[in-house]
Amino acid sequence: MKNKKYNYGTAILSAFEYLLKNYREVFVIGQGLWSPWYVGNTMTDLDKKFGVERIIDTPVSESATTGAAVGASLAGMKPIVVHPRIDFMLYAMDAIVNQAANWSHMFGGQANPNVTIRGIINRGGEQGAQHSQALHAWFAHIPGLRVVMPSTVADARDLLIASVLCKDPVMFIDDKWLYNQEDILPPIKEIDLTTQKPIVTSKGKDITIVASGHSSLLAREATQVLKKNHISAEVIDTRVLSPLHSRPIINSVKKTKNLLVVDPGWTSGGFSAEIIAKVIEQLPVNCLSNPPVRIALPDAPAPSSKVLEKAYYTKTKDLIKTVKKIIKK
Amino acid sequence: MKNHLKNLFDSKKYQDPVIIKNEKVETLKKMLSSMLLIRKTEQQLAWGKKNNLIGGPVHLGVGQEAIAVGVSQNLKKTDRVFGAHRSHSHLLALNQNFYKLFAEVLGKKTGFSRGMGGSMHLYDQPSGFYGSVPIVAGTVPLAVGAAMEAKFTKKKDIAVAYIGDGAVEEGVVQESFNLAKVQQSPILFVIENNLFASHMYITQRQPSKKISRFALANKIPYQLVDGNDVISVSKTSKKLIDQIRSGKGPALIEFITYRWYGHVDWREDIDVGVKRSLKDVANWKKRDPILRLSKSMIKNKIWNKKKEISLNKKIDNDIKISWKKAMNDPYPLSDATLKYVFSKRNNEK
Repeated sequence: MKNKKYNYGTAILSAFEYLLKNYREVFVIGQGLWSPWYVGNTMTDLDKKFGVERIIDTPVSESATTGAAVGASLAGMKPIVVHPRIDFMLYAMDAIVNQAANWSHMFGGQANPNVTIRGIINRGGEQGAQHSQALHAWFAHIPGLRVVMPSTVADARDLLIASVLCKDPVMFIDDKWLYNQEDILPPIKEIDLTTQKPIVTSKGKDITIVASGHSSLLAREATQVLKKNHISAEVIDTRVLSPLHSRPIINSVKKTKNLLVVDPGWTSGGFSAEIIAKVIEQLPVNCLSNPPVRIALPDAPAPSSKVLEKAYYTKTKDLIKTVKKIIKK
Repeated sequence: MKNHLKNLFDSKKYQDPVIIKNEKVETLKKMLSSMLLIRKTEQQLAWGKKNNLIGGPVHLGVGQEAIAVGVSQNLKKTDRVFGAHRSHSHLLALNQNFYKLFAEVLGKKTGFSRGMGGSMHLYDQPSGFYGSVPIVAGTVPLAVGAAMEAKFTKKKDIAVAYIGDGAVEEGVVQESFNLAKVQQSPILFVIENNLFASHMYITQRQPSKKISRFALANKIPYQLVDGNDVISVSKTSKKLIDQIRSGKGPALIEFITYRWYGHVDWREDIDVGVKRSLKDVANWKKRDPILRLSKSMIKNKIWNKKKEISLNKKIDNDIKISWKKAMNDPYPLSDATLKYVFSKRNNEK
């Protein structure tokens, strides 16, 4: 097997193909799976290759299909539910939160719902409030759910496989704004999701930038520009938001003494607060040179009108400006 | 059908002994004993609750025993049964280990759910009981999924979803009927129509008392049955379960029944029940599924008062011993709270 070029979307597709080929107990259920219109290039022709019995396009019933996947997992399957827009997945909150997340605990660990719920963040393009939301912070708040947000091509493939093979319910949240990235990947090697930690994607000494999902891409882009300005930023991609292994973040902040958290969701009650809290709790009071800063979305629904929309979303230059302000260079 | 339905809802009707012609004596005795055991177990829980020995809420189904017992006659250990908040009978009809139920309700480590669930979260997969939870209708789509697995793997197993008349008011039940039908999933939807959702009478919540109308809307074959006649329950479910096992897709049975106690705990809830009267409860007690079977068996000379007294005594005694044992059992260790969140502990530090 040789290294192969992928983009983020085809990396996800290759994970699906690997899982369906190697694990009879894997099936995929969700709306739009027989149409290329909904899930981009991430699931092309899976129905033709693996059959419509295993790639199930469903009635408009997020709640029942997600619940059915949870139930099938209790009987020994490893289902993947696909919600082409995470906003519609809110109909399935009972199956996810009340049932899947609590199942193991309620019954003393005698059963684990081995289900992966893929919710796609699909925003921009003047789609407005109900076609734009990033809700990872909600799920990271729920004990019993593993929350995965891959930001790189490699993670899109490898963390999807790890999620499906993990015995616990996993929220796998990908973002269409990441799909254009390209990378050369080695052949697939299965990894254990429970040991996956945030990783340092670029080393630096002046400031730690912690980011999730699409924000990690922005952080990587900002770092390139900052380098030219002689600012060395260390970027940490959280990858698995819950349960979070915070040690790599703590170690980095200890070294750089500055912290910027960038998050693709809203500001208040958001995941950025959790990162900052974890750091503050675990470091001595005078460890930081400057107060920690977060960049997240304004506490407002996504506007439709293009001028407002443009101002609403975080851009690479916002990160650059903020970093410069923090370390006063 | 219409007149039949009307009579079933009339609490003064259907009080006669059930018809047991052509039934095996052993089966009849087994069903009688199972119903009695479930009733006495629940009455013990009622007593425990009344005397403050049980902390959490218990939803008792006294009066409804015939449904779980009759349906379970036709189930295998590899089938997948899902319940809800009032599910003691659903579990005990599959596994009569009331000691493990007592331990669970008392929050003891030896319980069905290792003391982590209490009365409202019961689990016994080896007997086919996949789980019960108190979110109304929460397990209905899960049961459809468990049925889908049986179809995927070409097993002849089926799923059973116990659904109350209140639960069908949840949107997900309608989604589940539809999904099960388009997937031709091997599932039996068991409607326990006891006419009340908490304190609200069915006509205050729905335009019709007949829940099986939803089966019709989803082209799911269905039957309407006297839920307090264990023979009819068993026979009708056998017919539909055989059909489901042969690959004909989902089916639904609506059982008309009544719970003697109120929505939760040991009280009759006449005071909080809208349209629930002492007279009604008294009438329904005459439609007692246990009494109706026992009377019929005595009439047919395959059972007698003496045997009944001795069976009662034996169950009473077993319950006494099990309750005492469960009361003395240990609670879960303090690490249990974090231990069971995931399949594997997260070793952060």
